[in-house]
This record gives sequence, structure tokens and C-alpha cells, in this order.
Amino acid sequence: MSAPEVFQLSLGPLTGIAFSPDRSQVCVCPNSNEAQIYTRNGDSWDLTDTLAEHDKLITAIAWGPNTNRIVTCSQDRNAYVWTHTEQGWKPALVILKINRAATSVKWSPSENKFAVGSGSRVIAICHFDEENNWWTAKQIKKPLRSTVLSLDWHPNNYLLAAGTADGKTYVYSGYIKGLEAKPEATIWGDRLPTGQLLAEFKSPNGGWVHDVAFSPSGDALAFVAHDSSLTIIYASGPNEPPAAHIVVKLPSLPFTNLTWTSESSIVAAGHDCQPILFTGSSSGWAISHSLDDPSSTSKPLTPTATGMRSGGGGVGRLGNNEAFNMFKAADSKGQRGLPGTGAATTSSGLTQVGSDGMLLTIHQNTITHVEAYEWNQNGEVSKIFTAGRDGRLVVWPVTGGKGGLTGRMAGLQV
Amino acid sequence: MSNTLRPYLNAVRATLTAALTLENFSSQVVERHNKPEVEVRTSPEVLLKPLIVSRNESERVLIEPSVNSIRLSISIKQADEIEKILCHKFTRFMMMRAEGFVILRRKPLPGYDISFLITNFHSESMLKHKLVDFIIQFMEDVDKEISEMKLSLNARARIVAESYLSTFA
Repeated sequence: MSAPEVFQLSLGPLTGIAFSPDRSQVCVCPNSNEAQIYTRNGDSWDLTDTLAEHDKLITAIAWGPNTNRIVTCSQDRNAYVWTHTEQGWKPALVILKINRAATSVKWSPSENKFAVGSGSRVIAICHFDEENNWWTAKQIKKPLRSTVLSLDWHPNNYLLAAGTADGKTYVYSGYIKGLEAKPEATIWGDRLPTGQLLAEFKSPNGGWVHDVAFSPSGDALAFVAHDSSLTIIYASGPNEPPAAHIVVKLPSLPFTNLTWTSESSIVAAGHDCQPILFTGSSSGWAISHSLDDPSSTSKPLTPTATGMRSGGGGVGRLGNNEAFNMFKAADSKGQRGLPGTGAATTSSGLTQVGSDGMLLTIHQNTITHVEAYEWNQNGEVSKIFTAGRDGRLVVWPVTGGKGGLTGRMAGLQV
Repeated sequence: MSNTLRPYLNAVRATLTAALTLENFSSQVVERHNKPEVEVRTSPEVLLKPLIVSRNESERVLIEPSVNSIRLSISIKQADEIEKILCHKFTRFMMMRAEGFVILRRKPLPGYDISFLITNFHSESMLKHKLVDFIIQFMEDVDKEISEMKLSLNARARIVAESYLSTFA
């Protein structure tokens, strides 16, 4: 397993991040009203462009992998579509018709439309209006009662999932008449007029739904909520209850983001500052291991100037040792299970800190973005990237099999 | 440190760590506003249940979490009149200089002596575990500070009384 790549792009939070189709450029928002485009130069990133049109914080950025267009949305209630021309990136205003902050944006898989979630309790599905030469929106209003925090498109380009701040997850039809061919019936529903509500799920304890994601096949939907839970739902057919509704409750702090790496694995990350791999199927899901495993990387991960991780020695290094924590938890609390991912951290309330006063994880603050970075020949995700409030961008290799000591010991009955 | 103080502070520390899971959340009521939801209280779904951690009837901590801010109010031990006055002066001194303390609230909540307001902007610019450490450190020190002040006040009063009464001796 190779070591993760760590880049410090900003000192403050990265509020939006999206990679270019060929991964040579990255568009980030350093917690301001401007988006910056960095171009990769060996092991560093050089600032090449600044997208300045918004006048409040940019909340989300999406970069279409096929059409090479960027869409940014902001708390100033606007969204812009940026197209690359000879003279640089040219913005085009989107007629969103919302009057509160836009919170999230996602291109649909075929990139003929995108969805914008907002604080005005609507989802705007935007497409290009040839007649007027602008981007225009169709709105989904019902039954949204609160801010839409996250969105995700089904791989068939028609269905849309949304997570809201009142603890609900909805599946809608995002079909736009006149723009695309009539959709075929899916496992989630057969009648698909625009904005049709197909399914509705509650988070286990009513926590805010921070992120939703469809599985690569689109037959399963996963979401993470603020009640420290990961829920996976397998659809069975139109108007039928789901085939499986699996809730994984976690001993850690809540996750804010998740991504499917294959049909049977999910990476989620959040307030615990480390990405965690889950594996399972419709019969059940469980934590596999944390990708932030210090035992596999002996050298300091960042250059010493920004290097926050204590390289070696001391109690701090031992404190993040999986085996050490597992036996410690077993000894002091009688717990068998995943240590280090919060079991030891939150239940005692003592965050483990290195000798230099920094966290032992690579990320020093909440991870707010987890997305696929690279795929292998089988179409499974082999690398993911995370970005967080500490301004770091980290590219992690996803270990397919069991990694880390806990993972290896999970199959072993003591 | 006494036996009951350690579990009390641990409980506060654990609650704070769990409550400090904040995010940037723009108001869904007022256009283009971004205000601490725990203060404006306009959207009930983004407020969480407040929690009181109490050591005895006079010492307690109220933690009110929400989506983008938490409010922490501390009731400091006041055994007698002198401690009451000292505590009032001490907290007032700090709250008048609240901008220097960044996370301090200018007024305490009714029934409490001092309040902190931590928003997502603070947790973005500062390390979370350091913020928690700061609050715990403050709680440890404030009792010590007040009892020290009380001792020096009594010592001073004794010296003053002695030197005043010595003229009549």
C-alpha cells in the first residue's frame, strides 16, 4: 500500500473542491467568494486561474468530466457555469429562482443538467435553454421542509437523491420533458414526471442528513446523518418497501461525507478527521478499517514546514496504534471493536493528540469532501481524495482487501 | 484536584467534543444572512437538545448545540457573599473585553455567570481539541482564581483592621 499524498492548498477550510477530468487541475474554494484553479506541477500545485463572480462564500463546486464545464454555487443565491475558452474561464449565470443560499451542486452523469440544493427549501434542476441562451431551472418543492444539504444523481441520469436538515432523505425524478428521452421504469419507481417523489427515508434518530450517494449500479442508496449513523437502503421495486434497510451506528463523531468505492464498499469521513472504509452487502454492513493507518507509513507524510504529524517516538505515536488502542479499549471498557475511530476518542471524550499538540490523523480538522479520484480496470475506485477544514487535500489509495491490524483481526475469532 | 471535579470536567469535555461538530450554515429564514442558529432560534430543526452537566446545585454547565454554533454557559461556585461579589466583578471584567477573548459571549445566560459562544468560524480557524482544552482549563482556573482572590482579600482586610486598630491600642 502506497502512502497517501498530502497537499496543503490553503490555511483555512476548503469549502468546495472538484478535479478536472484528467486530474491535472483542481478547482477549490478557500472559504471565500472566489474559486481558484490550481494546476499540478510535479509534487505541488500552482495557481493558474481565479473564478471571481460570486459575492459570498462558495458552498460547492462541480466539474463535468465529459464537457469540461465547472459549476459553482454560493450563499449569494446564485450559481455560475464556467466554460473554458481561449481567453480563460467564462461565467454564465444560472436562473435559479431561489432566494436563500445555494448549498450543493452536482452534474448529472450525462452532464446535460445539474441539480442545485438550497436553503429556500427547493431543489433546482438546471438545464441549458437554447432559445434564450441561458441556464434555466425547474424546481422541486414538495415535500421539502428544510435546507437541502446534499444531492446525488442516479447513474441513469433521471433520478435524484436529496438529504435535508430535518433528517429526511428523498428520491425524486429529475426528468425534464423536452430535454431528454422518456425514462424507462426503474427499481425506484415507474412513473417519472418531473419532481415526482419516489421514496422517502428518515435518519435513525432524526439527525441532519449530511450526504447521500447512490451505489455504482444505482440500486442502493447510502446516507450519513448527524446522529453518527450510516444508512444503506436497497430498493426492491416501484411502490414497494425497500429490500433491505441497514443502519450502521457508529461509536465515532458524525460523518459529513461518503462515497461508494464499489458495489460492496463505502468510504465515509467527517468530524473524526479520518476516512473509514465500510464493507458489506444487502445482508449487512460493517466497519472494515480506517484508511488513515499510521502503521503502513513510517515516514512523515508532509514536509516538515507544514508537517504536523509527529514522525516517531513517544506516547503519541503509540496512541494511534490500532492494536494498542484495541487492547486498551478491551481492557478499560470491555469493548471489542474498532478503536481509534472514535471508540476510544469520544466515549472518554479525550481526543488523542501528538506530542506537538496536533491530531494524529493526517487531516487536522473535519473532512468535508470525499470523492473518487481514480478507478481500476474493473471500474472500482482505487484512489479517493479528501479535503477538509484544515485546507488539506489528501489522495488516499483504497485498499481493496483487509488492511490494518483491526481489519486482519476482524476475521479472527479470539 | 478533588474526586468529584475530574469526572465533572471529563463529562463536560466529552459533551463539548461531541457538540463541536459544526458546519457553515446559511440562514434559511433571512436572505443572505449567516447567523449563529443557537442565538437566533428561528429554525427549530437545526437546534439540538440542550444539556446540563451539574456537579452540585451551584456548579453546573449548560451546553446548547446547533448546526453552526454552540453556546456554553457556566455557573461558578459562590459559597458566600464575598465570593458572589468577586465572581461578579471577575466575569464582568472579562465580558467587557469579550472581543479579546474571541469566543466569549458579552452577556451570560440568565441563571449563569459566564457564557461562551463558539461558531463554525471559530472551529474552522482554531483546532477543536485546543478549544475544548481552553474551556476546561478555564473551568479549572476560575475556581482557583476566585478562592485566591478571596484569601488575599481577607488577608488585606486583616492588615487594614490591624493597622487601623493599632492606633487605639
